[in-house]
Amino acid sequence: MSTPPPSDDPVEPSKRLPVGAYLAIAWLVLIVGAAIFADFLPLEDPTAEVASLPRMAPGQEGLLLGADNNSRDMLSRTIYGARASLTIAVGAVALGFVVGGLLGLLSGYFRNWIGKVLSSLFDILLAIPALVLALSLVAVLKGGGVQDDDAFRLPTIWILIISLGVVSIPLLARITRGNTMAWAQRDFVTAARSQGAAHGRILFREILPNVLPAMGYIAILGIAIAIVAEGGLAILGASVDPPNPSWGVMINDGKSAMRDAPFIMFIPIVATFFTVMSLNYLGDLIRDRFDVRESAL
Amino acid sequence: MRVLAQRLAQLAVVFLVVSFFTAGLMSLVPGKPEVIVIPFDQTGEQQQAFREANNLDEPLPVRWFEWAKDFLSGDMGNFYSATGGEAVATRFGESWPVSLSLIFYTQVVALAIAIPFAIWAAYRSGGWVDKVINTTAFALISLPSFAIALILTYYLGVKMGWLPTQGYVRLTEDPAEHFRSVAIPVMSLAAGQVAVYMRLLRSDLVATLQEDFILMARSKGISNGRVLWRHALRPSSLTLLTVTGLSMGNLIGGTLVVEYLLSIPGLGVLLGEAVLSRQYEALQSLVAIIAIVFVLINFAVDALYTVLDPRIRERSA
Repeated sequence: MSTPPPSDDPVEPSKRLPVGAYLAIAWLVLIVGAAIFADFLPLEDPTAEVASLPRMAPGQEGLLLGADNNSRDMLSRTIYGARASLTIAVGAVALGFVVGGLLGLLSGYFRNWIGKVLSSLFDILLAIPALVLALSLVAVLKGGGVQDDDAFRLPTIWILIISLGVVSIPLLARITRGNTMAWAQRDFVTAARSQGAAHGRILFREILPNVLPAMGYIAILGIAIAIVAEGGLAILGASVDPPNPSWGVMINDGKSAMRDAPFIMFIPIVATFFTVMSLNYLGDLIRDRFDVRESAL
Repeated sequence: MRVLAQRLAQLAVVFLVVSFFTAGLMSLVPGKPEVIVIPFDQTGEQQQAFREANNLDEPLPVRWFEWAKDFLSGDMGNFYSATGGEAVATRFGESWPVSLSLIFYTQVVALAIAIPFAIWAAYRSGGWVDKVINTTAFALISLPSFAIALILTYYLGVKMGWLPTQGYVRLTEDPAEHFRSVAIPVMSLAAGQVAVYMRLLRSDLVATLQEDFILMARSKGISNGRVLWRHALRPSSLTLLTVTGLSMGNLIGGTLVVEYLLSIPGLGVLLGEAVLSRQYEALQSLVAIIAIVFVLINFAVDALYTVLDPRIRERSA
């Protein structure tokens, strides 16, 4: 299970990044940049009616990507939708990364009852279908449309981050645990321990740096999965509240206009597809670079 | 025998934790079932009566215990409704065959496509066939199943008019229509699975093909086809088998969305409904069943391992 670290042998020719990697990075930079700086771009309000007709075809009235069912600018909605979808996905995985990673490290390192209890907890959480768990969490946190004025309610974006983040915790924890177990058996860990290093030092200074590539690989895949999951939740009506856009919400909106204006549905699908594919591609590159094994799959 | 006892204990723990977890989670939901069942009630008396009739004021552990007692004796509880709800078992009985047939077709279609292509790609490893197959798999992995469902609905349903865009016909009603009605959901669920299975099997096969016993088989003059399908496939199929088993859980999530999207009355729709309308009892029973089935599938996968790989059989003996 344990894999040798990547060799730093200078004789070995350094692998150059393939063309696909540059394309993937370019797309991600473009979409992330647009999402971050959306407020400074010359865009229409994503929630305002700007076209004279609903479902205006792309290119007319200066709307590059046309208008949706409610005459709103598709280009602006795609970019603000990217902001919502990416914030949710990255936030959720960040939560899973920190909590799941920490729990995974602990359960892989301490092979006594702590490890056993934690790892069976991961298995149990993984026995609940992920989307059902996420949907229940969204329902719990949103309060499901029932007006309760005094009830404190989180912003919807936070609700989605927490819901998808909780779902990603056992996944990240399991991968981290598998890799931690492999690295914890290696000689340099024994050496550190025999020098009297404390558990914390061994975990964070010796093991963590070696486990990070695997965690990074899973985290990048996790962001892709979370983008898709947001889409699934949107179709079930449990994503961001209208009139705000996210890619999933836009796909769901476009579905009803499929017959007359399929572009409304296809634009967010294409955006999702390129983003997910870029992330998958970069994730695979990291895996190959660092020879990460998908142990405990 | 020891293994069996261990497995049973594991199953019991999963059941306890999952059901208690679901119960706890649902009781935190601010939206209360009585408000959804009886939305207009000025005095609140009817709502209170409803709460009492359904034991909603009992503390969580008591409610959970009552539910568990019923569940273990085969009673899955009722849907909440103002007029005495439908039994969960009835709705479950109607919807599980739908979802199961979708998942079953999906796995069969996915494996039937993935295995030959994986063998082809592994045999021509590094060649253009391999590259084309890999790139296609890569694209398919990156396309969510609901997106594929929408794209197929648009092209095959709306534009071409070949397939129905919505609904489900039972096999017993009309077999031909049944297969037409499941074609789009099965294709959209299978596409992602094909890609996953193919990539896995290909990389395992490439490794197996470098083993000595393959060289041995080849040098004995056994045909390429027989070496690939007989000698190489079996030892390479372990990971594939695990992932096929594990993907059952993911497919439940995928079917949920695709069923919802295409108005197919399966378990996914039932689960979604239970979550969104606060059917605590129903949801608890449904999630518990799914978790138990999921654990049982994992056991079955473990058992099949020993059949496929004699080395594991010896080790555990």
